Amino acid sequence: MSNLYVVAYDGSPASHRTLDFAVDCAERAGAQLLIAHVLEWSPYSFLTPEEVEERHTRRTEELERAKAALMDPIVESLAAKGVTPRTVIRYGHVAEVLNDIVAKEGGSQLFVGRTGHTGMAARLFGAVTISLAQAATVPCTIVP
Amino acid sequence: MTSTYNRAALAAGGAFFAFLMLTAGTAQASSIDETVNQIFASATGWFVNLIFSSFPGTDFPWIVGWLVIAASVFTLYFAFIQFRAVGHAVALVRGDYSDPNNAGEVSHFQALATALSGTVGLGNIAGVAVAVGIGGPGATFWMIVAGLMGMASKFTECTLGVKYRNEYPDGRVSGGPMYYLTKGFAERGLPAGKILAVMFSIFCILGALGGGNMFQANQAHQQIAGVFGDFPGWITGLVFAAIVFAVIVGGIKSIARVTEKVVPFMGIVYVGAALIIIFMHYDMIGWAVAQIFEGAFTGLGVAGGMVGALIQGFRRAAFSNEAGVGSAAIAHSAVRTNEPITEGLVSLLEPFIDTVVVCTMTALVIIITGQLIADPNTGLYLLNEAGTAIQTVGGNSGVGLTSAAFASAFDWFPYILALAVVLFAFSTMISWSYYGLKAWTYLFGEGDTKELVFKLIFCVFVVIGAAANLGPVIDFSDAAIFAMAVVNVIGLYFLMPVVKKELHSYMSRLKSGEIKKFA
Repeated sequence: MSNLYVVAYDGSPASHRTLDFAVDCAERAGAQLLIAHVLEWSPYSFLTPEEVEERHTRRTEELERAKAALMDPIVESLAAKGVTPRTVIRYGHVAEVLNDIVAKEGGSQLFVGRTGHTGMAARLFGAVTISLAQAATVPCTIVP
Repeated sequence: MTSTYNRAALAAGGAFFAFLMLTAGTAQASSIDETVNQIFASATGWFVNLIFSSFPGTDFPWIVGWLVIAASVFTLYFAFIQFRAVGHAVALVRGDYSDPNNAGEVSHFQALATALSGTVGLGNIAGVAVAVGIGGPGATFWMIVAGLMGMASKFTECTLGVKYRNEYPDGRVSGGPMYYLTKGFAERGLPAGKILAVMFSIFCILGALGGGNMFQANQAHQQIAGVFGDFPGWITGLVFAAIVFAVIVGGIKSIARVTEKVVPFMGIVYVGAALIIIFMHYDMIGWAVAQIFEGAFTGLGVAGGMVGALIQGFRRAAFSNEAGVGSAAIAHSAVRTNEPITEGLVSLLEPFIDTVVVCTMTALVIIITGQLIADPNTGLYLLNEAGTAIQTVGGNSGVGLTSAAFASAFDWFPYILALAVVLFAFSTMISWSYYGLKAWTYLFGEGDTKELVFKLIFCVFVVIGAAANLGPVIDFSDAAIFAMAVVNVIGLYFLMPVVKKELHSYMSRLKSGEIKKFA
């Protein structure tokens, strides 16, 4: 089994803490890092005709923005510390896509940050951490 | 650039509304409505007469025959594709064949939902009431037949819409009959493609202003006035025009987004309420179905007999699901797929949902709640004084008839229906403003000022539609939409071999396993 740690990253303070923790764990275990950013998207949402027409352009812009604003800076800052992670940006339901990435890339552990939603809101809208705690196929670390 | 455009747009809009308010303030409310109605009826009468003229020696409008023949030809040519491929179409909508790497692009479901929000609307609520009110229960049967056959027309046009769409360097996509008529005809070495495309664009603009705008405003006003008491139509028109203006000119997308999300919910509430009413009268379901079948072949006393029922059924089905009209080809063309045929297959679900499901619900509720008055001795329906429509409880017609039918079971339902009608009308207007704009930019080229001119014209017609009487509005709306079908269907006949080739190629690859499920 490969030793690949998949880290969910969205630029939030919680995801920074998660990444720091995962980098530390990976160094000690000699594991590789894969930083995953998921853009929340449902193929069943409703769009206006204009949004349909512009969707491809918007998607391209969103992917470029995510790469330039999130992934490139963090890869650069980690490179300065001698860490060379791979990155992946995907669309979809966050928990499902993270599980899918783990499965496809052969991840051995998954790291996610706790977003702070608790109680009713989390139950209604389905917090990522709750979903992953229930559905993750590899050991999943939730970093507070 | 954008802010200059917005300032110019808002200034033009302000001047436009000031003009309307000034006009409104200097005349009596009722006389404005009357004047608008007279001018409108006399200006459009010749066009309506041309489109709805009958075959010599008969009462059968040639345009209805045109659509029936087209739907039959496509049904036979594609060997009943609407029945063979339904399972695969559902699998496509579910995303079973969608590449996960394309997530974030427009899905088949989204393209279908967007197209449906342009068609599911007043045609299903008011249009069906018009059909049943004039053609009797039998019109429902022909409406369902037209819906089922129209699935093949929709399949043909939407496949072509995707195949011959224009993809611009910035990633935007424009498609529709004007593009497949131009590019498809040129590819096959056929003449006159460009002329047909220009004709289609002109009719599409008229259709956008008629069925996609005036009919919606008109029926929304009738529904609001029915609930809150009568008041001049131009007031509703102005309010609607202001909101439409805010969305299509002011770029306030949040209104459109909210509508797009609420409309499907209202659709589910509407069908749910209809089902509850039907099951409340479960003992009459058998009778209602018998009335539909009997009326389909005898007319049960309606004006024009069986042919009258058939004409109404086909006419309102075509108006409701727009199969063969070409509008859906514009809506579906933006989907992200390498296989045009997949979008054609998905689109064939549209007339089924729109006509076979939703329209039938409305018709059944009207019939089952006893809104149509029949002679208890003969069982034949009684006609009004003019002999043109069936007498109804309370003398209702159009959306008022549907509202009364639902109110007979739930007295609070007219409020829900009024909200549904307003939202449906609004979402249809937004969709058709887009279709009309695509036709406009095809004719005149893209550009902020050119687009602004069309958008302002569109807003003016909202007011005219709300102020005019139902008769002239519905005639013009039908005539404009059917005129689109005249040109579009000619194109489809010449281009259907292209669709057949695509279909064979796709189906053989599907069978061989080359095209695989992802889910």
